[in-house]
Amino acid sequence: MSTHILWLIGRRLAAAVLTLLIVSVVIFAITAILPGDSAQQILGQFATPEQIEALRQQLGLNQPAIVRYLDWFGGLLSGNLGESMTNNMPVTELLQGRLGNTLMLALVTSVVSVPVALLLGITAAIYRGGRLDKCLSTLTLALVAVPEFLVATLAVLIFAVKLRWFSALSYASDVTSPLAFIRTYTLPVMTLCFVIVAQMARMTRAAVVDQLDSSYAEMARLKGLGNLRIALVHALPNAVGPIANAIALSLSYLFGGVVIVETIFNYPGIASLMVDAVTNRDIALVQACTMLFCSGYLLLVLIADVSAILSNPRLRTR
Amino acid sequence: MTELLHVKNLRVNARGGAGEIEIVRNVSFSLGKGEVLALIGESGSGKTTIALSLLGYARHGCRIAGGEIWVDGTDVLSLDDKTLQQWRGHRIAYIAQSAAAAFNPSKRLLDQVIESALLHGVGSRAELERKAVELFRDLALPNPETIGQRYPHQVSGGQLQRLMAAMALIADPLLVILDEPTTALDVTTQVEVLQTFRDAVKRRNATAVYVSHDLAVVAQMADHIVVLNGGEIREHNRTERILHHADDAYTRSLLGAARPHGKPKAVTRLPAEAEPLLSIKGLIAGYGKPDSLGLPASRILEDIELELRPGQAIGIIGESGSGKSTLARVVAGLLPAARGKVRFRGEELPGQLSQRSAEQFRRIQLVFQNADTALNPMHTVGTLLGRPLKAYFGLTGKAQRQRVLELLDQVRLPHTLIDRKPGALSGGQKQRVNLARALAAKPDLILCDEVTSALDTVVGAAILDLLAELRRELGLAYLFISHDISSVRALCDDVVVMYQGHQVQTGSTSALLEPPAHPYTDLLVRSVPELRQGWLEENRDLARLELPALDDYQDNGELCTFLDRCPKRINGLCNSTAPGRKTLSSGSVTLCHLDEEAMLPLLPVLAQPSAQEPRLYKVNG
Amino acid sequence: MSTSVSNPSRTSALPRITSPWRSVGAVVCLFWLVMAVIGPWLAPHDVGQVVSDDIFGPLSAQYPLGTDYMGRDMLSRMLVAARYTVGLALVAALLSSMIGTFIALAAAVSPRWLEDGICRLMDALIAIPSKMLALVIVAGFGSSVPLLIITAIIGYAPGAFRIAYSLAASLYTMEYVQVAQTRGESRLYIALREMLPNMLNPVLADLGLRFVFIVLLLSGLSFLGLGVQPPDADLGSLVRENIGGLSQGAAALIAPALAIGTLTVGVNLLIDRISSHRNGR
Repeated sequence: MSTHILWLIGRRLAAAVLTLLIVSVVIFAITAILPGDSAQQILGQFATPEQIEALRQQLGLNQPAIVRYLDWFGGLLSGNLGESMTNNMPVTELLQGRLGNTLMLALVTSVVSVPVALLLGITAAIYRGGRLDKCLSTLTLALVAVPEFLVATLAVLIFAVKLRWFSALSYASDVTSPLAFIRTYTLPVMTLCFVIVAQMARMTRAAVVDQLDSSYAEMARLKGLGNLRIALVHALPNAVGPIANAIALSLSYLFGGVVIVETIFNYPGIASLMVDAVTNRDIALVQACTMLFCSGYLLLVLIADVSAILSNPRLRTR
Repeated sequence: MTELLHVKNLRVNARGGAGEIEIVRNVSFSLGKGEVLALIGESGSGKTTIALSLLGYARHGCRIAGGEIWVDGTDVLSLDDKTLQQWRGHRIAYIAQSAAAAFNPSKRLLDQVIESALLHGVGSRAELERKAVELFRDLALPNPETIGQRYPHQVSGGQLQRLMAAMALIADPLLVILDEPTTALDVTTQVEVLQTFRDAVKRRNATAVYVSHDLAVVAQMADHIVVLNGGEIREHNRTERILHHADDAYTRSLLGAARPHGKPKAVTRLPAEAEPLLSIKGLIAGYGKPDSLGLPASRILEDIELELRPGQAIGIIGESGSGKSTLARVVAGLLPAARGKVRFRGEELPGQLSQRSAEQFRRIQLVFQNADTALNPMHTVGTLLGRPLKAYFGLTGKAQRQRVLELLDQVRLPHTLIDRKPGALSGGQKQRVNLARALAAKPDLILCDEVTSALDTVVGAAILDLLAELRRELGLAYLFISHDISSVRALCDDVVVMYQGHQVQTGSTSALLEPPAHPYTDLLVRSVPELRQGWLEENRDLARLELPALDDYQDNGELCTFLDRCPKRINGLCNSTAPGRKTLSSGSVTLCHLDEEAMLPLLPVLAQPSAQEPRLYKVNG
Repeated sequence: MSTSVSNPSRTSALPRITSPWRSVGAVVCLFWLVMAVIGPWLAPHDVGQVVSDDIFGPLSAQYPLGTDYMGRDMLSRMLVAARYTVGLALVAALLSSMIGTFIALAAAVSPRWLEDGICRLMDALIAIPSKMLALVIVAGFGSSVPLLIITAIIGYAPGAFRIAYSLAASLYTMEYVQVAQTRGESRLYIALREMLPNMLNPVLADLGLRFVFIVLLLSGLSFLGLGVQPPDADLGSLVRENIGGLSQGAAALIAPALAIGTLTVGVNLLIDRISSHRNGR
């Protein structure tokens, strides 16, 4: 690997870190510079001004915003995410118990959705303009706009209520056997996959079609290569960058999707924890969850960028 | 001679607004084994469409509507998809216009060269790789053993074009189709590629169809010429017959536009003491972050000196990447100079647009190459021309419209175009509107950046005539940027030759065309194909020049930029010290170590004292 | 020649197969637009009025969409809720697109440092999944109709910015813009007269997408109980209220969920139709 590549990757990494910094400022600004503050929140509306003042002192709320931000951000770096007010326990502990569940859900969803989407997208691109392509295009076009809770309610209705194949609620702790695993994960994963697969398949198709429209693809046709070979051997390697990007974007959409899905299926993950935190205005917890999701997003985009760089011989062999 | 290709009543349709439009109409021709036929025509003539049909292929939106294409006794159009695939790349091979786009950027060259032959079972991988290396050697590619291991971006444009030829020839096809194979190349590269193509075709006794818009190129390559216009054959004859005794009026108009435009005319010179309109001294400019000395990371222009008097036309000539357009951008204020002075009408011209005065904006106008991108597609002709009138002269309403109509007259366009948008105009009309917009400012100086390059020859020639007329009528000064010597010659008094950002020669247009000249100027001038057969043969020395050997040297960025291609370089001098400016007896200034004697041609030029005076010139007037 | 090949596609109106799906999009969109305007007047019952003892009642002639978890007429509730969903999303989408586009134009004609700064900030906002951002804002400021609109704008204007900026940045390098610069035109003139007209088509298509996203976001928030607050309700709130009917497959649950689905899918189909019509495919 050349130093040039390392330099390019280093630059992407630096950009991601900078973005994360800005994100942290934005999140802190929204959550910490608000009219009603947490002291009021904790003590309730009947607290005397003195009590509130005392608590404010104790929580350090009287310090300037910049000091509080640095405090908070320093805590993030050292793994101290603060204290959850509603649960009366450190945020780190709360997250630890649930992070694994959400990651598991995301992992299973990715493992199912990525191959399916790539297969659909590439197939549609190869048979571009044909009946299969038209059907897939219309179907995915419709599916990208379907709200998760519609998919989820219909899925529960059909598979849990009518057919009684799976349970309507998913407790990750129930998983003791492969069968239980399937029972627990099928419905949430299916719900998440619907939208993501549609989105990813569309973007994959577009990326491959873009390459199939290029001069070198025409040249390949004119030197007597078949459609399949042109698509797989010629177009696909050049579409790696855009496809990686499509996967990253779609998977990041998953972060939005889990919020709904975990709530509907009562799945004990971070997203449902966050929804509760928002309802209870448990600011430290909200901040931590958001930072976690944003880091996840930036990591995905970074991976996509790096694979785009590595797949480009123009950059690889300078 | 046996007939190899026979095209009968070929028709190709394109889907259009109301049903289908015929873009190729009843085209028939045939070609004997071992012969080369040229399809020639302007854009829209259907030449590429016909060439692609020979492979049984029509682009998206088009279809082959009828006819027969017999190749070696088989009708290609009757083949099923599978068989057609077997034919393509095996029996009929194709060489595309832009090799840079036609090679897959992410696969190694050798794999792409042998891919088709391997799939069609022409030979084993090892055999084909060996054959490819032979072909690479044959096509004069450097490092034939290893060049195949590279990726497309690692070799030059001329080399890619030759690699594509290797890809086409590797299966020993019956028929090779060359689709404008040298159009995307610079003229000095073109001559090398033409030379190797011609040799390769001759040596294999291959049958070829050569598509081009350039009659001079075709004259070197083809035995027969088919002249196309609007999807129909205008004339089909042997090459010498077409060149000397064209029957068809359209063919004659093509020939007329392809010939150099007479002698550079003696322009009514302004007195030499007239204050220069534009003077450039020691200009350095480029892109990227400035270093500690304030010089840009990538320097495009080095030490440019130029003086343009009112009413004078100076041509800036050079190949792509020579920095000629950057010079126009600096004068226009789109790129600030890093060093040096640009003075206009005696005042220093600020580098930043924001510091220029309204008068300076008005007096200097920029006309771009491509009217498609230079005219806002959402504005009508009236708006496009009206806006500068309002901005510079505050003209509105009736007065503005009156002046717009005058401008349309000036560029010979009908008044009815005033409410059209650029999308509804032809290429030539758009370029005239583009010019009229500059004229609206009543400028002193027009910077013309390749204004005729995107146009067909005939249309381009008309624009050149218009430019010359406007100059006479309005006393305009031009900085005329072009890669085409004949248009510079037709319009300009003086010429600046640029090579990789350096101004290698400056002088009057007539002095430029005669030796002695800078070795690069010499190569550039002599590389332009002439409109007569046999030119390529006579100028074999242009392609594979034996360069004088050089000892190892360190390039500190000061040495001559033409050093690595120069046929007259001197070991110990050119590779050790920077060249200085030198005035020749013709008045030209060159940037070269050589003295006049040494600049004279290496070989005595064969019976052609002036390389640009075509023998044919008097044949039809 | 290749140019003659590309010409026909520019004149659009290629003979093409009109898929029934495509006109479906237009019909559905029109339907919801009309409902948003006149829906509340068509409501047979008062939104809050309990009209039946039967909770999660089935479809019937009297209550065409059944009754909800409290025995209220579902049709009336939906007709009122649709106005919230469509209206809020429309306002928010229009504002997001406009704000995104204008910031993009401003960035494109700004000096380099400002342009980079704006892009960096927008990149950061895009990096926050919009649902997360919405949750954070609700956590910080609570939930009200104006706040929901602002939330949607902060969430989706950066996306509109990205589309518009990539258009604007490439338009800014166009030669006609350079010609305008060398004429001494102001940045404002260049942005509004030279660039904006050439961005309108893709920006309008993007506006449709923003609308879809925002409908999904707002109904998602309401579904979580963090969007439109009772007694007001949008379609997402109706899904939430009646989630208890899931086990019996109640119409009161399925109807609003389906309604959102048809709205978003319909708009999506319509955009696709319009933009593919423009591209002449």
